[in-house]
Amino acid sequence: MSTAAIVSAPEKPAPAKGIRWLHGEEARGLAMISPTLLYALALLLLPVLLVIAYSFWTQNYLDIDRTFTFENYRLALTEPIYRDLFVRSLWISLLTAAITVGFSYPIAWYISFHGGPHKNLWLFLVTIPCWTSYLLRVMSWKVILGYGGVLNTGLMATGIIEQPITSLLYNANAVVITLVHSWAAFAILPIYVSLQKIDRSLIEAARDLGDGAVRSFLRVTLPLSMPGVISAFLIVMIPTVGDYVTPKLVGGKDGVMIATAIQAQFGKSANWPLGAALSVTTMVLVSLAAAAVVLALRFAVRRIR
Amino acid sequence: MADRPMISIENVSRYYGVYKALDDVSLQIGEGEFFSLLGPSGCGKTTLLRSIAGFDVPTSGEIRIDGVASTLLPANRRPTNMVFQNYAIFPHLDVGENVAYGLKRLRLDATEERRRVSDALDQVRLTGLDRRKADELSGGQRQRVALARALVMRPKVLLLDEPLSALDKKLREQMQVELRSLQQAVGITFILVTHDQYEALALSDRIAVMFGGRIAQVATPKEIYQHPRTRKVADFLGGMNFLRARLLADRKGDVSVDAAQFGTVNLAKPAGFTASDGHVTVGIRPERLRLLWDDERAPHELTGRVENRAYFGEVTHLTIGVDGLEQPLSMIETNDYGADDLPVGAEIRLAYDPDAFVLLADDEMALRA
Repeated sequence: MSTAAIVSAPEKPAPAKGIRWLHGEEARGLAMISPTLLYALALLLLPVLLVIAYSFWTQNYLDIDRTFTFENYRLALTEPIYRDLFVRSLWISLLTAAITVGFSYPIAWYISFHGGPHKNLWLFLVTIPCWTSYLLRVMSWKVILGYGGVLNTGLMATGIIEQPITSLLYNANAVVITLVHSWAAFAILPIYVSLQKIDRSLIEAARDLGDGAVRSFLRVTLPLSMPGVISAFLIVMIPTVGDYVTPKLVGGKDGVMIATAIQAQFGKSANWPLGAALSVTTMVLVSLAAAAVVLALRFAVRRIR
Repeated sequence: MADRPMISIENVSRYYGVYKALDDVSLQIGEGEFFSLLGPSGCGKTTLLRSIAGFDVPTSGEIRIDGVASTLLPANRRPTNMVFQNYAIFPHLDVGENVAYGLKRLRLDATEERRRVSDALDQVRLTGLDRRKADELSGGQRQRVALARALVMRPKVLLLDEPLSALDKKLREQMQVELRSLQQAVGITFILVTHDQYEALALSDRIAVMFGGRIAQVATPKEIYQHPRTRKVADFLGGMNFLRARLLADRKGDVSVDAAQFGTVNLAKPAGFTASDGHVTVGIRPERLRLLWDDERAPHELTGRVENRAYFGEVTHLTIGVDGLEQPLSMIETNDYGADDLPVGAEIRLAYDPDAFVLLADDEMALRA
């Protein structure tokens, strides 16, 4: 057997230990990523470490008292205002992510399965809203949702309502609506990619084994596109927790999120350590929520049989 | 063929724009028959199989499965199951879950379902592998899982889309034997799509040879190999020496032709055969020509010279030039007398049997007329 010959062949002598790592694939890979890696270390890791360090210090008027303390975390976790903001931010981000994924999945599915030869055109159209500034897109929702906005005047003109609806703007709903629109493209793309990777004969096999269109979707297409759904969910959820611009512009007082409080600590209140503690707490909460979501989605899909 | 057809295909055509993937195909396949659709790529054999499975809807014509009009029936409502070319094993499920996939819909109780799954795995000799993940399987094992997954549904017809083409030669030959005995064990209709003529010959009860969306001939393996009706069918099913012969006499059931150096040959005439211009094509298989050694004599002999030699282990393929023939003859000789040592240019004598010649139509139109 040829395998025996390969197994018994003497291994290539290893080069001297000290210089070996300089030559391997790994070394070349490291060299390739090192500029980006250094950049990321300097501009991502260091600031994060700095924020973590600040969160254990105390603001003393204009200087920082560098004695180690948990006081900021005690405040962040026990003050009712911060607790409410954490809960609301997480809730808004989870809701936004769920709705965004819910709306994006059918679009991605349509492009992947029925896009025909024009798939790239569809994807291109999906990205068009991203060409305008994020700020402008948020502002335009003010125009749509406002008291004398497009939606209200439109509904009044058709006679569906007599008075303008005041609950459209300056609350948590407005924040969710705006965020869903802003993030849709970022959710469609990963879901589309994971749908594209599904071998179409698997769906035919499911049909062949007796499944109708809905059941074959639930038992084959959906489980196999789960990696895309999970990454879309996280891509939307993680940044929206700390979103600052959207709540500021369309949130009103009911739509305030944790980022506004953090900004206040670094700005007007000039209490950097408390701001840092709020930031770190947000990061930890987001990570926990993300992990919980991933586990829950995986479990839910395993249940479909 | 059994008395009642399991599959009945009537005047089925499938157009993709102006391209005719299937062109007025009619075919009947019996219950319990091992039937092969054989042809080169693009001949329409896969389209026909997918129309039977319900993945493709014919532009016109009718398909009946076990007497039920099924042309427009979706795949999940047909009593057919398919083994896909790439096996289409669900990657997120293990072997047992793959095999049980179609059973879930039947809502069997747990013990019955487990029993059917393990029976199916026994049948394809994968006993005890039900917890194996899909990506831990070899090509041969994946194929067996695909077979078990289809057979566990107890279909009336099992459809196989080039199931052996992804396997290496040794495994392919082993699976051919197993496929044949499996079909005899379960006794249901198997329809196999293949471009490998040896596979079709070895496995089938009957073969349909297809070219350009049409069926050229349907017959048993032996009949189709020994009595191909057209030049194309003869060529696709193996080596054939073609000869242009002058028509001497055209009688009701047979013809006499002047086959150049082979002399006058009498041939049976297939139904519907007409010679167009006083010439016909005849053919003789390379293995029906035999080398004569030393002073051995035969009633029908030819002399020629070795032009080329190719060694194939158990046999040697020889190309023999014969004066007076336009094309050199190819022949296959076993190596027990030393055909593998014949030098190029050697003068040889060969024996032939005039009864081994077949009369071939140049194209299907000649038969349809």
